[in-house]
Amino acid sequence: MIRLASTAKAALAAALLTAFAFVLIGPLANLALWSVAERWYTPYKLPVTYGTRYWEQVFRPTGDAMASLGTSVWIAVLTVIVALALSIPAGYALARLKLPVRALFMVMFLLPQAFPSVAIYINVARVFYQIGINGTVFAVVLVHAAHGLVYSVWIAAAAFAAVDKDLELAARNIGASPMRTFVTVTLPLAAPGIIASGIFVFLESLDEFTGTFFVGVPQVTTLPLLLYNAAMGGNYQVASITALILLVPSVLFMLFIERFLRADVLAKVGA
Amino acid sequence: MQVGVPDRARSGAAISVRDLHVAYGGTRVLHGVSLDFTPGSFTALLGSSGCGKTTLLRSLSGFVPVQSGSIIVGGNDVASLPPEKRGMAMVFQSYALWPHMTVLQNIGYGLKLRGASKAEIAAKVASMLEFLGLTGYEGRKVTALSGGQRQRVALGRALAIDPGILLLDEPLSNLDAKIRMTMRHEIRAIQQRLGLTAVHVTHDREEAMTMADRLVIMQAGRIAQVGTPEEVYDRPASAFVANFMGAENVLPLHVERSERGASLRAGDATAEIAAEAFDALPAGDAVAYFRDDVARLDATDAPASDDLLVPGRIAARAYPGGVYRYRVEAAGRQITVDDAARHELGTKVGLRIPLQRLHIFPASEAGIAA
Repeated sequence: MIRLASTAKAALAAALLTAFAFVLIGPLANLALWSVAERWYTPYKLPVTYGTRYWEQVFRPTGDAMASLGTSVWIAVLTVIVALALSIPAGYALARLKLPVRALFMVMFLLPQAFPSVAIYINVARVFYQIGINGTVFAVVLVHAAHGLVYSVWIAAAAFAAVDKDLELAARNIGASPMRTFVTVTLPLAAPGIIASGIFVFLESLDEFTGTFFVGVPQVTTLPLLLYNAAMGGNYQVASITALILLVPSVLFMLFIERFLRADVLAKVGA
Repeated sequence: MQVGVPDRARSGAAISVRDLHVAYGGTRVLHGVSLDFTPGSFTALLGSSGCGKTTLLRSLSGFVPVQSGSIIVGGNDVASLPPEKRGMAMVFQSYALWPHMTVLQNIGYGLKLRGASKAEIAAKVASMLEFLGLTGYEGRKVTALSGGQRQRVALGRALAIDPGILLLDEPLSNLDAKIRMTMRHEIRAIQQRLGLTAVHVTHDREEAMTMADRLVIMQAGRIAQVGTPEEVYDRPASAFVANFMGAENVLPLHVERSERGASLRAGDATAEIAAEAFDALPAGDAVAYFRDDVARLDATDAPASDDLLVPGRIAARAYPGGVYRYRVEAAGRQITVDDAARHELGTKVGLRIPLQRLHIFPASEAGIAA
């Protein structure tokens, strides 16, 4: 009886694990398979011909994919610069504020996420169109930065809050000005968290679709837009390869967080 | 001393605090503290937690804004100046060393701020490390050091800028007992050699007594008593100070004054005191405080001579080593007494307390300390 129960338990665990693995790895395996399928049609369960033709097409220097990858990275870099320029001072102020004020600011930063983004972006697109910046990289960077700020301010505030105030006071005490203290003590100690927030903003920007679609199209084509176009045009191979390229930075980020971010900083996210 | 170490002849600065009021978010912490620190003196601020001793230190260093009052250093009121303009160096309880810097960078930070060259910094840090017994530790990460070593580096960082005033915020409380003993002597020796004015915050009575020339006992944001360790220990000014300094046994008394002196009554025991011996003796209901080690156990019918002999009964016994520690029920109170002889529980004894060792205060005042 007991043996039966434990066998049943083991079987259930195995089944759940398999299901989990399938949910997690299934789509990725499908992407990988599509990226090397030169011909694949029904009723075949697996591709008919394998090859790297589409990889070559995507990575051809003159191809659309490389151009939009360049655009994507350029936009992401600018977005990170804009977001950090705002979130470093804002995060520091938030970290050193008293609790009620702090909660108020957090809500203010988080509130935009509560509204449906499509509705917001349509209106943003209208405004940008009126002032004539629609379809520029600048407009896309603004939209991405506004989106990324929510997270970067939050993470930066956590990173600054994890810096013991005595460490700053020790510097002030032996003669450092507030600015000098910030640059030589606070910022270096908060750096891992700030870098993480920068990477997060970078990834969010690389991934962003809706905002780019409304304010960037047709002049600005980022990787997700290319993926969308390819998928809509039935070119699953290019879509899959683009998706895999987009996956690389995310995995690297996970490794970075796991390796460098202190648990106490992570614990303060959302506090 | 070696090159670069602050020279011995230079003396510390005087601080004079006048009517200092400090509040934290609406709660008043210091209620008009006035205190003078002479150059080269070592003062310990002593008190239980929440008494305002740390707040006083932090308002000296400029970390806590002052509501009103003044802090005069070298003829100038620094109360409104930011911490970096006050010329005081602090050693923190948490050490507050910068974990992203090496020992060299930590100690050299203040020198770098003052525009010293790389070579000057290296030379001064090297001699400072030699001074602290940490020669050759320049390249170490501070996170790789032990607690005692970290505290030394923190001390070195404070001393490197040649401060006139050294503020010590419970610097030893995170160290283990053995290292704490050594560090007490080291800090005291360094302070005397450099002639610094030191202000030390602690809740450890023995630490304060062994390190400082002068104790400041604080109670609820006010100064309860200022004096040398002997004065505060032997002649506490209030019931609170007596209790805080270790006179933890409490005996209710009744004092009758007469022309010849005064008579004390505790339960069934009475004693006569000559007037000149206890000038400031209160009349009426009073409370006497005394230490565990001043009382002895005796037979109930022994002659009282000049002592107060209170009849009691042994309620508990423990052996902490050397002497027995008894809990005696006498005059309706539980009294702790050390005695060399072994007595059985329940024995009727006479509790012998020398009159000079009693700290007697009016009963109304004692209510605060109990």
